Amino acid sequence: MAVSSAYLARKAAKAEKSTKSSAKADLKNSGLSSDEELKAYYDMLLIRRFEEKAGQLYGMGSIGGFCHLYIGQEAVVVGMEMSAIEGDQRITSYRDHGHMLACGMEAKGVMAELTGRQGGLSKGKGGSMHMFSVEKQFYGGHGIVAAQVPLGAGLAFANKYRGNKNVSMVYFGDGAANQGQVYETFNMASIWKLPCIFVIENNRYAMGTSATRSTAASDHLGARGEAFGIPSEQVDGMDVRAVKDAADRAMEHCRSGEGPYILEMMTYRYRGHSMSDPAKYRSKEEVQKMREEHDPIEQVKARLLKSNRASEDDLKKMDADIREIVTAAADFAVADAQPDASELYTDIYKVA
Amino acid sequence: MPTILMPALSPTMEEGKLSKWLKKVGDQVKSGDVLAEIETDKATMEIEAIDEGVLTAIMVPEGTEGVKVNAPIAVIGEASAQPSPGAKAPVSPASGETQKVATPSPQVSPLAGETVVRSTAGEGSLLSDPEIPAGTEMITMTVREALRSAMSEEMRRDKDVFLMGEEVGQYQGAYKISQGMLDEFGPERVLDTPITEHGFTGIATGAAFAGLKPIVEFMTFNFAMQAIDHIINSAAKTLYMSGGQMGCPIVFRGPNGAAARVGAQHSQDYTAWYSQIPGLKVVAPYSAADAKGLMKAAIRDPNPIIFLENEILYGKSFEVPKLDDWIVPIGKARIARAGNHVTIVSFSIGMTYALAAAGKLAAEGIECEVVDLRTIRPMDIGTVVASVKKTNRCVCVEEGFPRFSVTSELAAEIMTHAFDYLDAPVARVAGKDVPMPYAANLEKLALPNVDDVVAAVKGVLYV
Repeated sequence: MAVSSAYLARKAAKAEKSTKSSAKADLKNSGLSSDEELKAYYDMLLIRRFEEKAGQLYGMGSIGGFCHLYIGQEAVVVGMEMSAIEGDQRITSYRDHGHMLACGMEAKGVMAELTGRQGGLSKGKGGSMHMFSVEKQFYGGHGIVAAQVPLGAGLAFANKYRGNKNVSMVYFGDGAANQGQVYETFNMASIWKLPCIFVIENNRYAMGTSATRSTAASDHLGARGEAFGIPSEQVDGMDVRAVKDAADRAMEHCRSGEGPYILEMMTYRYRGHSMSDPAKYRSKEEVQKMREEHDPIEQVKARLLKSNRASEDDLKKMDADIREIVTAAADFAVADAQPDASELYTDIYKVA
Repeated sequence: MPTILMPALSPTMEEGKLSKWLKKVGDQVKSGDVLAEIETDKATMEIEAIDEGVLTAIMVPEGTEGVKVNAPIAVIGEASAQPSPGAKAPVSPASGETQKVATPSPQVSPLAGETVVRSTAGEGSLLSDPEIPAGTEMITMTVREALRSAMSEEMRRDKDVFLMGEEVGQYQGAYKISQGMLDEFGPERVLDTPITEHGFTGIATGAAFAGLKPIVEFMTFNFAMQAIDHIINSAAKTLYMSGGQMGCPIVFRGPNGAAARVGAQHSQDYTAWYSQIPGLKVVAPYSAADAKGLMKAAIRDPNPIIFLENEILYGKSFEVPKLDDWIVPIGKARIARAGNHVTIVSFSIGMTYALAAAGKLAAEGIECEVVDLRTIRPMDIGTVVASVKKTNRCVCVEEGFPRFSVTSELAAEIMTHAFDYLDAPVARVAGKDVPMPYAANLEKLALPNVDDVVAAVKGVLYV
């Protein structure tokens, strides 16, 4: 099964979808400018290289505990961020490294948090799953499946309460989409018209359980918004252009005071759920097919080369720059000191 | 002749106001007719007739306040009987012909009228609070009014403060805590939520992450179990997990513990549960003055606060200082009554037993020092230990379950800090280790009472 065989089949047949997701969602010729395409390539490659390095450091014992890699899903956050404006918030689950890099948080700080060092974004006290940035409006980093959904709607609530035009991007997976609190949140987001984009990253597997085994009508999770009057689109989450295009529509909807919007991103994670997952629940061929035919980075690369917007050398240079950043981050992350023992008892209560 | 008695309109109602008669003496009455309107402090309810006949007597004129439940209020005679205006009809309340009205949802239980001050043994010996400046004018206020005025004052002061919860707005509060607040602050700041604790607690917590200062009302803390993941994993831990970056200025409040006759799922005391969690502060006031001052402190605190109220105390009146900005600091206990023989430590409704017991024991020459913890976490163990070092004996009182409880923690702390000063093991009086039963006699057995405290005090004195 590829992204979703049913989904691809439907695309091929140009079937109309039942929700507001119209032919528009499948339009890929809206196109990105040269600068946008190059930026998307850079941002996605940074995530890819960062995650590869994180996987390597985990193998070396420098990163402990849980570590969930985002490899394969890069187009989702990068495309969404291309639509965001200053002050928009983002919040996600524990598979969060990509989201942080995409919104501009420093690779160094993220990596040092993975290794549990004092220079980590949470001073080494959060770990892979728990990082935040008030400056970049990144609200975590949450380890309880779907908890970020009402929390993210709360960020949107604050936007509405304050009367600003900002939008909260709330990311969750196909697994989280089965949690009851998601629907409690859909209900309130709809009745209160909260400016909130629910981004369902449907990577087909809730840990080791395929969506087809755990999820009713698993090939169209966005449609669940219909019951709450929330419009939705199903998007090829492996194509950054399609993501950006859909994000633009969703942002416009939210900013104009129309309430929440659902984007179901059909995507795929190449690695296991976490580092200790051998991914025996799917075939190597399935993964291989995704990588070869739908890789988000390769798609952009091919377009850049074909349209002569960049040369092989340009892209190699970019890759080298990124590798340098990631290597520097890793070097810092393993060399930096562990947090001081006194940090054990700090940050439990805020002093007024 | 069926006698109509003042109906109980909620589990905890003891009296109410007969606000209006809709039938007059001599009127023909048939089953289903509305006879009168009864006002509790929660709502105005109609009573309907069950029997047919003629209203032959009205014993309680409209406008009467403080009419006791089960007091005879009218008589319906035979259809043919002549009305006898002004007829007295003394009837025993046990006549078995009480006209029952359909009561509202059992969990929305108002208390007796706020204007009626009920005296409680021991209350008179409450020490004046050292935090109140000398000469301050005191006004009588119920705990309910104190909570409302604290929230309203803070909402006037800070636009980022808002109230959300089930029935806080249009319904005027399931327990009338937020009565009138919708009118003053509007629906953007007094938000009615759907009955989805998990979801709205998450939304409120997210709003607090973004810098707003939500007050989340749980209709009771029993329902907060649906939301406890957000209270603990999201609200309490995020400051730490973010290395101090994120704040979560939020108050979770509502009635906690047993009310009356509402069964096992609506009667639990969660004080010990929340007090176990680093990152939370837990407040459980007894008096109206503390309820007001601590609520204002809680709303201004930059941390998540669990504010545990008690339904039985809502209608109880106390003296509250008339000050523009009355704040009681979180984390400070208070000596509610001074004494030299035994220290009694309690909080919230446990204080009613503690103070009443101290009053009884004083009559026997035993002088108890009563410490009201007020805040459970962080616990002011210093005040407790100082008292125990003086009295050398201690009884700890709470309504919650006895195992792994607040009183267990108190006993351990006292042992650690005052072991050499103790002349007897610390005694504990708590709720029984059983789910709350419904039957009146069993419920009474499951809760602590004044005699239990008296016995425990005598126990540590070996008398």
